[in-house]
Amino acid sequence: MSWETVIGLEVHVQLATQSKIFSGSSTAFGAEPNTQASAVDLAMPGTLPVPNEAAFKYAVMFGLAIDAEIGKESAFERKNYFYPDLPKGYQTTQLEKPIVGPGRVEIALDDGSTKDVRIHHAHLEEDAGKSLHEAFFGGESHGMSGIDLNRAGTPLIEVVTEPDMSNAAEAVAMAKKLHSIVTSLGICDGNMSQGSMRFDVNISVRRPGEPLGTRTETKNLNSFKFMEECIAREVQRQIDVIEDGGQVVQETRLYDGASKVSRSMRSKEEANDYRYFPCPDLLPVVIEDDYIEALRKTLPELPDARSTRFQSDYGLSAYDANLLSADATTASYFESAAQQSDAKLVANWMMGELAARLNAEEKEFADNPIAAEQLSALVARISDGTLSNKMARQVFDHLWTGESDVDAIIDKHGLKQVSDSGAIEALVDEVIANSPQQVDNYVKADEAKRPKMMGYFVGQIMKASKGQANPQQVNAVLAEKLAGLL
Amino acid sequence: MHTKTFPNTIAELAAGLRAGEFTSVELTQHYLDRIQQLDSQYNSFITVTPELALQQAAAADTRLAAGDAPLLCGIPIAHKDLFCTAGIKTSCGSKMLDNFVPPYSATIVENYQRDGAVMLGKLNMDEFAMGSSNENSFYGPAKNPWDTERVPGGSSGGSAAAVAAQLAVATTASDTGGSIRQPASLCGLTGIKPTYGRASRYGMVAFASSLDQAGVITRSAEDAAIMLNTLASYDPKDSTSIDREVPDYTTDLGDDLNGLKIGVPKEYFEAGLDADTEKAVRNALAEYEKLGAELVEITLPHTHLAVPAYYVIAPAEASANLSRFDGVRYGYRCEDPQDLMDLYTRSRAEGFGQEVKQRIMVGAYALSAGYYDAYYKKAQQVRRLIKKDFVDAFEKVDVIMGPTCPNPAFKLGEKTADPVAMYLEDIYTISTNLAGLPGMSIPAGFSSGLPVGLQITGNYFDEAHMLNIAHRFQQVTDWHKQMPAEVQS
Repeated sequence: MSWETVIGLEVHVQLATQSKIFSGSSTAFGAEPNTQASAVDLAMPGTLPVPNEAAFKYAVMFGLAIDAEIGKESAFERKNYFYPDLPKGYQTTQLEKPIVGPGRVEIALDDGSTKDVRIHHAHLEEDAGKSLHEAFFGGESHGMSGIDLNRAGTPLIEVVTEPDMSNAAEAVAMAKKLHSIVTSLGICDGNMSQGSMRFDVNISVRRPGEPLGTRTETKNLNSFKFMEECIAREVQRQIDVIEDGGQVVQETRLYDGASKVSRSMRSKEEANDYRYFPCPDLLPVVIEDDYIEALRKTLPELPDARSTRFQSDYGLSAYDANLLSADATTASYFESAAQQSDAKLVANWMMGELAARLNAEEKEFADNPIAAEQLSALVARISDGTLSNKMARQVFDHLWTGESDVDAIIDKHGLKQVSDSGAIEALVDEVIANSPQQVDNYVKADEAKRPKMMGYFVGQIMKASKGQANPQQVNAVLAEKLAGLL
Repeated sequence: MHTKTFPNTIAELAAGLRAGEFTSVELTQHYLDRIQQLDSQYNSFITVTPELALQQAAAADTRLAAGDAPLLCGIPIAHKDLFCTAGIKTSCGSKMLDNFVPPYSATIVENYQRDGAVMLGKLNMDEFAMGSSNENSFYGPAKNPWDTERVPGGSSGGSAAAVAAQLAVATTASDTGGSIRQPASLCGLTGIKPTYGRASRYGMVAFASSLDQAGVITRSAEDAAIMLNTLASYDPKDSTSIDREVPDYTTDLGDDLNGLKIGVPKEYFEAGLDADTEKAVRNALAEYEKLGAELVEITLPHTHLAVPAYYVIAPAEASANLSRFDGVRYGYRCEDPQDLMDLYTRSRAEGFGQEVKQRIMVGAYALSAGYYDAYYKKAQQVRRLIKKDFVDAFEKVDVIMGPTCPNPAFKLGEKTADPVAMYLEDIYTISTNLAGLPGMSIPAGFSSGLPVGLQITGNYFDEAHMLNIAHRFQQVTDWHKQMPAEVQS
C-alpha cells in the first residue's frame, strides 16, 4: 500500500547584522568564549533590551523577497524556560504579531516543473548561547559544563513553512531555495557549518486521502545532506511503526549526521509550557509603509531573476543558471570570473572540477581557495590553446594548494601545450621512425581498423612530449604522415 | 557630634553650601555620623559608603567653589538598593544578590552623579521590591522613625525611614504598586512616582517591568521637584522611556490654584478606611478649597479590581524577570550542586525569600497553558478598564486626591501572616501604576500620632502641576515639617 509524506520546515536564519538584536555586542563568529557578551547579553540585573533596527530591516527584506505581508505592528513575547545558555531564563521572540506574515516560495523540482511552498510566517527572535560540554578547563572539565554567551542575542528570523513538501527532495529544494534567498539578500552569510542556518523538519506520513498523521520534529539539521538522509530515514521509521501496528508518537527528535541515527529528545508530554506573554520591556514596533516601500526599491537581485539573467546574458542553460545563481557568493564569483573569459567554460569548471573538489574536501563554497580571477585566468589559457584540459586540471591542483599565478604555474611546471607545428611534426616523425613494427601493422590493416590503431601513435607522441603536445594538432599531423605511408 | 547645625531640606542646604555656611564634606560627615550613631534603630541602610561619600563631597566642594554647580551638588542622598551602583553591592534586599557587585550604574544613579549629589549608601527594601512593610528584606525590616515598633511601609521602607530619621536629605525609591507613596505616607514625607517612562529603568533591578518606575522621597514638594529634575530623563538604553523634554519642575511651584478642579473618587472613601485618616484627608481637601480649588466627586468604577489585576500582572512579569537568578552567572549559588536541576532548584529555593517565591509561583501559574486567558489576559483587560476610568476622570478634573493608604503605619509582624491584608495596603495606590500615571503622597495630618498621607494623582506627564499643587499646600500647612520626637532631639 502506498504512503504519502507530509513535510514542513522551521528554519532558523542568523541575520548578518554587525551587532546583536538587543545589545551592541558584536555577532562575529569564532571569538574567544564570552568576549562578545555585554551586561545585557549576560542578563545582568536591571539591564534592558534595545532593538537593533538592522534586524527589523533584514526581516522586512526577507518578507518582501517571499512576497509576504509585512506585520505593520510587530511585537515581542517572552518564551520562558530554564537553560544555562539562555541567560534571562526566557527567549525574546514573536508569537502573536510576527514581522513577516504569510508568503510563498517557488521551488524547482527534478522533473523541471515548479511548486509553490507557502510560508506561514517568519518572526524575529534572539539566539541562545552555547553550552560547552567537552573539556574546557585546559583539557579537564571537572564534571562541569562551560557556557559561551557570544551567540546569545544574535538576531534570528525563524521561517515557518506550511506542510507543503511531500518528499525529501522537495524539502531539500526548499531549504536550498531559502538559503539562496537569504544569501542573495545579504541578510545571512549562509554558513551552515557555523550554524548560520539551521533546519527543523516536521514529518508525518499518511495513506492517500486520510487526514494528517502524527508528526515528529527533528531539530537543528545544519546540512542539506543530513536533511535528505534524515527525512528518508524518519519517513521509513514512521511507516515501519505503523505497518507494525504501532502509532507514531508526537515527539522532538535529534539526528546524528555522523552515525545517521535519530533519537527521541522529548515527547509531547514532556514538552515545556513556555508561558508566553508580551515582553513588557519592548514596545510594539510600528513599521511604516514608506519604510517598506523604500526597502522594496533597494532590494538586491533575487535568485530567480538572476537565473533568468544568467541564461540571457551568458547563454547558460536553465539548469546551469539555476545552480550558479542560487547562492549570492557563487553567483558573484561566476560573474567576476566570466567577465574576462568564456562564460560557459567558467560555468563548466565551477560545476565540474571546483564543485567536485569542494565536495571531496567537505568545504563550503566560501572556503574555496581559488579566487575568481585565478579561475578566469585558467579558463583564458584553455581558450587560447595554451592548456589542454588535462594540463588545466594540473594547474588547478597547483592553484588549489596555494600557488597563485596561472602563468607562473605554467612556466614553473612546464605545462605549456606545444602547438608549434614544426616541433609536433618532429615528434611525429620520431615516433614513426621508432615504431617500424606498428607502422607495418598499420599499413597492412583494414581501412576500418586503422583509426583505432592510431591511438598507439598518439599515446607515444604525447608521452614523448611529456603531455604537452596539442592533441588536435598531433592527430592532424599524424593522420597526414600515416596516410603518406600507405 | 559636630557643633554646626544643618537645615534639613535640599533647598536650604543648597543655599547654605553656596553661602559658605558649611562645606559638603562637613555636611556629608554630619550625615555619616548620624547614620553610624542612629541607624541601628532604624535599619534603613544596607550598605553605607563613607569613603566614596567623602570623596564625592570633596569633589562637590571644588565644583561649588568654581561656581555654576547644579542645585544638587554636594547634597547627601542615598539610593534604594535596587539601583545598580558600579563597584558597590546592589542586593535588592535579597540573599540572592547579597554578593552582587554590578559593573555598571543605573542611569538614574549616573544622573545624580552628574549633578554632583553625594551618595551616602544603599537603602533597605523589601526583597525585589515585593512588599508593603519592608519586612521581606533579607537584611531585616527597616523601622518607622515615628515608632520603631511599626513598619515604615514598603517596599521603599529604607528610603522613607532614612529621610524621616534625617539620615539622608532625600532618597531615591521605586514604585510598582505604591512602594514610594505608601512609605512616604507612613513616615510623614513627600514622595513622587512620575509617569511611567519619565525616568529610566536601566540598571534598576526589575520587579514588574510594565509597572516599575523610579521616584524620590523627600521632606517637601520643593525638594521633590529638585530631585525629579535630575531623576527624569529620556534614556536610549530603556526602550520604554519616553523621549520628551524634561521641564524644570521648580519653575511653577508657586503658581496659584484658583479654579483647580480636584477629583475626589468616592471609591477611595468606602469601607476599610481608618476614620482619623479620612478626617485628615477631608481636612486637607478643605484646605485646598481655601486655596481656590473646587472639589468634584468622581467615580473610578473599577477600583475594586485593581488589587486582583495587579496581583496577576505583577507576579506574571516577575516570574519571568526573576528567572535570570539561576545561580549560573552571578548571585547566590547553592553549595556543592549535584547536577543542573539541583543547582537551579536549591540556588533559587535558598536564595529567594518566601514572598518572592510565592509571587513567582503565582505568576508562573497565571501564565500557564490553560490559565493564561482566565488570569493574565483577563487582568490585562481589567488594566485597560482602569486606565480608561482615569482617562475619563481627567476629562472632568485636573487632579485626583484621596488617602494614600487606608491606615497609618501598622506594627511589625501585624500583617505578615495575612498576605491579603498586606496587599490591601496598596488599594489606593495600585491603580496609578496600572494606568502608568504619576502619583504622589504628601503629609496631611495624623492618626493616633502617626502620619497620614494625601495622595495626589495627576494626568500623564503632569508632574510639574502636581508638585505645584503639593507645594502650595505645604506653604499653608506644616504637616511636612513635623518630625518624630526622637529624631528632633
